[in-house]
Amino acid sequence: MTNTAIASPRPLKPARRRRSVRSVLGKIPGWIVVAVLLIVFVYPLVWLVLGSLKTQDEFLNNPTWALPENWFNFSNYSIAWESTAHYLLNSVIAVFPSLAICLLIGTAAGFALEIMVFKGRNTLLLVFLVGIMIPGQMILLPLFSVYFNLGLSSTLWPLIITYTATALPLTVFMMATYFRNIPREIFEASTIDGASTLKSFFFIALPMMRNAIFTIALVQFFFLWNDLLIALTFTTDDSLRTVQVGLLNFTGQFGVVDYGPTFAAICINVFIILALYLVLNQRVMRGLAAGAVKG
Amino acid sequence: MKSVLSDKRAIGVLLGPALLVYTLVMLLPMLWSLGYTFFTGSVLGGFDFAGFANFARFWNDPNSGPAVLFTIKYALLVTVGQIVFGYLLALLYTFFLKRASNVVRTLVFFPVVLPTVAVSLLFQKMFEFAPQTGLVNSFLNGLGMESVDWLGNPGTAFVVIAIMDIWRAMGFYGVLLYTGVIDIPDDVMEAARLDGAGTFSLIRRIVIPLSWPVIIAAGIFSINGTLKVFDSIYALTGGGPGTSTTPLTLYMYRTAFAGGDYGYGSTIALMLTIMCLLVTVAIFRSTARNSKEFS
Repeated sequence: MTNTAIASPRPLKPARRRRSVRSVLGKIPGWIVVAVLLIVFVYPLVWLVLGSLKTQDEFLNNPTWALPENWFNFSNYSIAWESTAHYLLNSVIAVFPSLAICLLIGTAAGFALEIMVFKGRNTLLLVFLVGIMIPGQMILLPLFSVYFNLGLSSTLWPLIITYTATALPLTVFMMATYFRNIPREIFEASTIDGASTLKSFFFIALPMMRNAIFTIALVQFFFLWNDLLIALTFTTDDSLRTVQVGLLNFTGQFGVVDYGPTFAAICINVFIILALYLVLNQRVMRGLAAGAVKG
Repeated sequence: MKSVLSDKRAIGVLLGPALLVYTLVMLLPMLWSLGYTFFTGSVLGGFDFAGFANFARFWNDPNSGPAVLFTIKYALLVTVGQIVFGYLLALLYTFFLKRASNVVRTLVFFPVVLPTVAVSLLFQKMFEFAPQTGLVNSFLNGLGMESVDWLGNPGTAFVVIAIMDIWRAMGFYGVLLYTGVIDIPDDVMEAARLDGAGTFSLIRRIVIPLSWPVIIAAGIFSINGTLKVFDSIYALTGGGPGTSTTPLTLYMYRTAFAGGDYGYGSTIALMLTIMCLLVTVAIFRSTARNSKEFS
């Protein structure tokens, strides 16, 4: 193309115009694909929000794509919130302590497995990896027996303990990967300067890993917050239900009868997560891609 | 110098807690579950030694065959769907949207972080047949077609599950595969273009072969997740209508908790674990052969 331009400068202009028209036309199928994608991914959520503002009467008599008659009808939300508030609190009580413990001991283990020098490091890392592969169903029954025998069944402890343990393999594995990129000399130097290994860990490794720890915390938060299997198994009582189990039973309770509150409850659940995601989306995407081994 | 980073006490303090939690809450229960496979009964009713009876029962059980078959059918279809659509997204990001892909990537990714229960309930309402005509049936009616009782028939219920789980995860695989596609060196692409390759032959002969390792890795992650599917099916169809959409995970859950048979439940969980291992090993071996062909 550059050759023709040099040889004959005159036809350059119309040729370029023809090319640009063609390339604009050629892009139309692509933009149609993008438009369809956006509709398929965004419209269900819009429909969900619109639904949460409708009355039961509108649900049964108006077409499903109709806009709500009263845009400020928040009564569905007050009904949904009554039960959801308690479930949210349970989720917070179960998820955040597990996250904190798991990150602390997982980071320490990652540090020990990558920075420290001892025999059998790689075998131990492999042992942790096994935990990522194993389906949850494989550990539920013995744990249920133990929690039952220890009398923990009517508390949130089973969730906190199980969440800490199930999040641990991926945390250790990801932390080990991050530590692999840090030269061991840093820690050797600080140890020679007189810091104990533990001091090096707490005052050098932890601050250095702030970003990595935050990313893993985000990833694990989504896994734990959205968990259904473990919560379903260990919450035998309504007062212990997490937000996911509660939402499932919400429809069980009102079922087909009450659309508005159900839509509002789904909305509350969705928008808590969506708000977090919209603020931190790049980080969440990168983190989840890095933690893909979880499958 | 080695001695400063191989302080046994420090290793114990750093690695000990994680190893202890992991062993107590994951490794031991795993072995314990293996033990359960030789017994019948539950923690409430007591256990009886059964030898290999549970395995014989699994072989002859009229429900286990369909559950295995459904698990395989679901895992194959959804994994292929997730990878194919994810790859198409990755190509769209790389060759069409280029630098502008950020917004689309962020939007298509958001179902990944949404709670599975919320998404399942949303899809339940979208594909609803009665009393409210859901979004999808309204659309079909608008095109002059009859409403379909999506979740009332085994075949269409399976379609809804597959659509939902592909919708949920394709943004994730889009991002994962996108990192593989943009890693292809620009000069390789440039050289192929100068040799006269059009976009399609470029994709077929250069892009796909060079990003093949990432595709396989994504496939392994995906099938490991789809074989263990629980949350989405439990919340969307509950395994129904009848038991037509019951995967092994759900069958195990029902057997152990509703049926009160821990021994047989553990046997089903073990079968599932073996399936996960076999599939992963099989894919690894086949890729070892493939990558030799490509190089």
